[in-house]
Amino acid sequence: MPINLNINEQNLKAQEGETLLTVARREGIPLPTLCFLEGLSVAGSCRLCLVEVEGSSKLQPACALKVTEGLSVKTATERLKRYRKMIVELLFAEGNHVCAVCVSNGNCELQDLAVQMGVDHIRFSYQFPERKVDLSHPLFGFDANRCVLCTRCVRACDEIEGAHTWDVAGRGQSAHIISDMAQPWGSATSCTSCSKCVAVCPVGALFGKGVSVAEMKHQPAVVDFLASARREQNWHKKEEQ
Amino acid sequence: MKRLVIDPVTRIEGHAKISLFLDDAGKLADAKFHVTEFRGFEAFCVGRPLWEMPSLTGRTCGICPVSHVLAAAKAGDEILAVKLPETALKLRRLMNLGQLIQSHALSFFHLSSPDFLLGFDSDPAKRNVFGLMDVEPELARRGIRLRKFGQDIIAKLGGQKIHPAWAVPGGVRQGLSEEHRLELLEALPEAQETTFLALELFKTLLDKFPEEVASFGNFPSLFLGLVTPEGLWEHHDGLIRVVDETGALVADKLEPADYLDYIGEASHNHSYLKSPYYRPNVAEGEAITPESAGLYRVGPLARLNICNRIGTPLADKELTEFRERFGRVALSSFQYHYARLIEILACTEAVALHLQDPKITDTRVRAQAGINVLRGVGVSEAPRGTLFHDYHVDENGLITKVNMIIATGQNNLAMNRTVKQIAQTFIKGPDIAEGILNRIEAGARAFDPCLSCSTHAIGQMPMQVELFSAQGELLKRLERN
Repeated sequence: MPINLNINEQNLKAQEGETLLTVARREGIPLPTLCFLEGLSVAGSCRLCLVEVEGSSKLQPACALKVTEGLSVKTATERLKRYRKMIVELLFAEGNHVCAVCVSNGNCELQDLAVQMGVDHIRFSYQFPERKVDLSHPLFGFDANRCVLCTRCVRACDEIEGAHTWDVAGRGQSAHIISDMAQPWGSATSCTSCSKCVAVCPVGALFGKGVSVAEMKHQPAVVDFLASARREQNWHKKEEQ
Repeated sequence: MKRLVIDPVTRIEGHAKISLFLDDAGKLADAKFHVTEFRGFEAFCVGRPLWEMPSLTGRTCGICPVSHVLAAAKAGDEILAVKLPETALKLRRLMNLGQLIQSHALSFFHLSSPDFLLGFDSDPAKRNVFGLMDVEPELARRGIRLRKFGQDIIAKLGGQKIHPAWAVPGGVRQGLSEEHRLELLEALPEAQETTFLALELFKTLLDKFPEEVASFGNFPSLFLGLVTPEGLWEHHDGLIRVVDETGALVADKLEPADYLDYIGEASHNHSYLKSPYYRPNVAEGEAITPESAGLYRVGPLARLNICNRIGTPLADKELTEFRERFGRVALSSFQYHYARLIEILACTEAVALHLQDPKITDTRVRAQAGINVLRGVGVSEAPRGTLFHDYHVDENGLITKVNMIIATGQNNLAMNRTVKQIAQTFIKGPDIAEGILNRIEAGARAFDPCLSCSTHAIGQMPMQVELFSAQGELLKRLERN
């Protein structure tokens, strides 16, 4: 049943059950995301798609906000822009992100967000955490220095591949991605080496072994294809149809 | 004892200062060349993937990143235990030639020629590349274009002039297109013409600076570098040769990977730059000083001194004339400038040969492999001399240990000795003219020291000279802005 809502003073119609992010994307209203990926469940953890909802002092993530009749939101207020920029800066400050020598330089969603937000320097103190690189898998590598904890890899591995090799251990500042029971990736027996985690990583944390700087090209759309193919029982790629 | 400090040293790549120690009579007691920056690459590369090393170590420097990229890729080849595709090797050599041309052109035209053409005693505000543009606009323009030619080789191969992420363990990431090959061939004659003009000009200047030629690091020493197995001039592969001040072979056909057997590294409290020395000439426990018998020089002058000949006709003709002027081995470090120009000529000839090679545009340029050996040493000739990258990795390819011996470091003892020799020659008492300080800097500049990844303002940086009494009291401060 169609419902009426208002985004940025624009009256729109949507279907019940849709999220605000789905509607915004359909209508061409830009909303930055990082943890969200079409085809995966919603994590709502990166907070980049936060919007202001009329009548509520709480900001809501558009990826998790179901549209309701009469919903009125603003997606690009000065406050939201300020917060989004701050979130991106905090992500840079929290990890060890060195674009110049990163496998995903030029093909990185965090880098794109920084450009989009006008981040030309980081106002916060870099944490310089001590993190390791895991090259024990014969085909892939995991560099925890570059991980932004979006959990796309965790969800893709669990929901699409069904292996659940990846998970999050620790809490707060100590939260980190582990394979199996915190074993080296190469000894994680649940891993099927399907590469979906590598495909969905928005940054250079997961990469093909042997790639050098700026060579890693992620393909996050692969999970959307797999999810819709499974749902529709149609495994032909769209261009092949 | 009085202490005189030149800080910072200008028109070099990186940060350094020079201290001059005068006795109470105003005579020079000692001189030291301090490198005042600390980088820590050997520490923070540990734990990183091998495949990242060319780009990571390339960031050591903005002038000669290619040298690090190539040495790192060579060390990576060893660890993968692969044979490079023929064209990959040729392309790497071509890029190194571009690197030598651009770096040498920068050193000669932008940094050092203002001293020769405007004079060591000229107004320091104008003694820079901009001053050069005023008096010799055509030469300055040509010098800048010559450097551009070298940079274009790098950019057409690696996609960008500075920090190309191009050479990788196992080969290179992309080949040379036919279009780029033709563009480089077209630009080559002008580059060669400029080199000849600079050579002719430099020869006319030699007679103008007899005192400088005699005192700019003019002492017997060893010279070390790579030569081909036949003993010809080499810049990327080959074997290590060491000669003495007469040109006699001290060691030949040394495996570059065995460098630890013949090169030692000493640390000194006055500098962050270590002082490599030729190990067989130094007794166990002997202190390493600039007067040590282990002192050796690397770089353009060393490469010309160690080779039998260059192997290309135009450069060989110039080398013959060079040897007629200075003997089989040129000892004055002032001739680094001359050697640099001869090397640019050699590079342009070698570039022409590569560009005419039908295999240069082949697209099979990368060998893929896993970790097959746990240690690799990559050695090449950087513009400033022989460069060693030595990596240890674990079975997955994570770096566990790095040792890098940089070309400039190997000239550290020689630079210290040069600075002292110039100070001894020109300082006659406590009143020291600015031109004398500039000569002392120029002595270090002859080695084209590359102390970090940045070249600092060209003659624009303030130079501070402080004169201290024996008790450490500040007697006098001179500032150059």
